[in-house]
Amino acid sequence: MLEVSYILSLKNLILSRDGKKLLRGVNLEVGDREIHSIIGANGAGKSTLAYTLMGLQGYEYEEGSIIFNGEDIAALSITERAKKGITLAWQEPARFEGLKVRDYLAIGAKGNGGITEEEIKEALRKVDLKPEKYLDREVGEALSGGERKRIELASIITMKPKLAILDEPDSGIDVVSLKEIVSLIRALKENGSSVLVITHREEIAAASDKASLMCEGAILRSGDPLEISEFFKNRCIPCDNRVSPPQVV
Amino acid sequence: MTQIKLNALSRETEDITAAYTAAGGDAAVLHDHGLASLVVSGNKVLSANGTEGIVLEKNETEHGVDIKLTIKKGYKIPLPVHLCFGMVPKDGLQEIKMDFVAEEDSAVELIAHCTFPNAEKVIHKMEAEMLIGKNASLKYTETHFHGPYGGIQVLPKAHVTIEEGGSYYTNFSLLSGRVGYLEFDYSVDAGKDSICEMVTKVYGKADDIIKIFERISLNGENARSVIKSRLAITDNAESIFRGITEGHAPRARGHVDCMEVIQGNAKAEAVPIVRVDNPLAKVTHEAAIGCVDKKEVETLMARGLEEDDAIDIIVKGMLA
Ligand SMILES: Nc1ncnc2c1ncn2[C@@H]1O[C@H](COP(=O)(O)OP(=O)(O)OP(=O)(O)O)[C@@H](O)[C@H]1O
Ligand SMILES: [Mg+2]
Repeated sequence: MLEVSYILSLKNLILSRDGKKLLRGVNLEVGDREIHSIIGANGAGKSTLAYTLMGLQGYEYEEGSIIFNGEDIAALSITERAKKGITLAWQEPARFEGLKVRDYLAIGAKGNGGITEEEIKEALRKVDLKPEKYLDREVGEALSGGERKRIELASIITMKPKLAILDEPDSGIDVVSLKEIVSLIRALKENGSSVLVITHREEIAAASDKASLMCEGAILRSGDPLEISEFFKNRCIPCDNRVSPPQVV
Repeated sequence: MTQIKLNALSRETEDITAAYTAAGGDAAVLHDHGLASLVVSGNKVLSANGTEGIVLEKNETEHGVDIKLTIKKGYKIPLPVHLCFGMVPKDGLQEIKMDFVAEEDSAVELIAHCTFPNAEKVIHKMEAEMLIGKNASLKYTETHFHGPYGGIQVLPKAHVTIEEGGSYYTNFSLLSGRVGYLEFDYSVDAGKDSICEMVTKVYGKADDIIKIFERISLNGENARSVIKSRLAITDNAESIFRGITEGHAPRARGHVDCMEVIQGNAKAEAVPIVRVDNPLAKVTHEAAIGCVDKKEVETLMARGLEEDDAIDIIVKGMLA
């Protein structure tokens, strides 16, 4: 049998919030330097899963395990997880009044011995923002939603994480720029990161090594991205028409 | 005798220069004769340098200095005037009286650093009467540094009159070290077509007490103003903000904006007051007090920062 090395392995993850079961026993494996898409309907629990992996407050799971790089990280804080190499780009990034783009992008690189101005500029170019126009702007209200998303992604590039969790990196980004997001995800992989990317876009799923379909708080099936996309589009029973929760295939 | 006094004075100059640097000032500007400047330590004027268009009169009093600073009619002073007020000893009283006049059509920028690096029991009082003449402009930035002990009372009080077409921008900040007890009390009468912008930024810690009282009376037609306050308080610090804007004339426009973040056991109160007695005037306000945004903190933690460092960056950003 082939020995497969996983950077992330989730076993039967269960999480409830306000009395509602949001994760119903998630099983998932992400390989080292793999691009892995999570697709699924609105409300399936994709963001919830991302927050749980990052260890955000209010997302403490009650059962199961998260094994990252061979280690159970249940007890680790957000900061400790980040120091181990996990990071998250939010579906809707936070705003930071008074914090300059250059300083924001340098924060994630602190753990890797810092960053040069040229590297910061390079990260901005990778998300198609002109460094001279953005370096000294604030990561605040004056930026458009799309610009904020790009800066969020640039901050992942400068951090060089082992595992980047990207929650809909394509949302709020114009269609023309979709292929840049795809090449950015590939660049992350080339730089040594594994990428867990939550997406509604086929282009992104198609560029992945593997995909998983999430439905009502569980991973229904994992496998070849095209096959998973196709299943989701054409063979998934619409959620409203179902009588009982979907079964894992 | 003279020799000794000179030595003592130059020693004091050195001390206050170091204190000025500690407060974030660039000491070189105080010794540059091409720039207007004034250095007051305790009740001594250590140096005073006017340039063309600036008349600087000073008078040492028992506990401080009376200053009259006039910008002559029509002079637009090209470079900022630097002021340094401070006290190096750990206790004492300093009273500054300031009479400032910007004559018609003049323009000047004043940059003041107030520094009390060793204060354990210091009172600093400032009483200012400021007149911004017709079409004149004053930009005034005041940065304070009170040292690490918190044993200081700072009581700046100013009355500002802005005549027709004049503009007045002021920015008061006290961000590093302790605050001690601060009672900031500014009142402005704004004439026709004038502009007034008052910004205060203070970071309070331990048992600091911050009181910000600001009042702008928009008396002339088309007078416009903004009061903007950004306060961050932590530990057991307390703050009270009261920002009053009165619209008394047609097309007068005013806005009061106070944003505060609190942590620990800190207590904050913000009261924006708007009064309007002219139907064509409009004055608005907003005030928000809350803790640091959770998503912002978690984002920075997800980049590897410790929670405290993340909060620090967010608070400093708000105060930037
Ligand atoms: N605190 C909470 N308490 C109860 N239910 C919650 C809570 N937070 C989220 N939910 C619910 O959990 C479900 C999953 O939400 P989640 O944001 O993870 O979905 P998603 O798959 O990311 O959807 P989308 O594609 O719209 O981003 C939703 O039905 C949502 O309403
Ligand atoms: Mg989501």
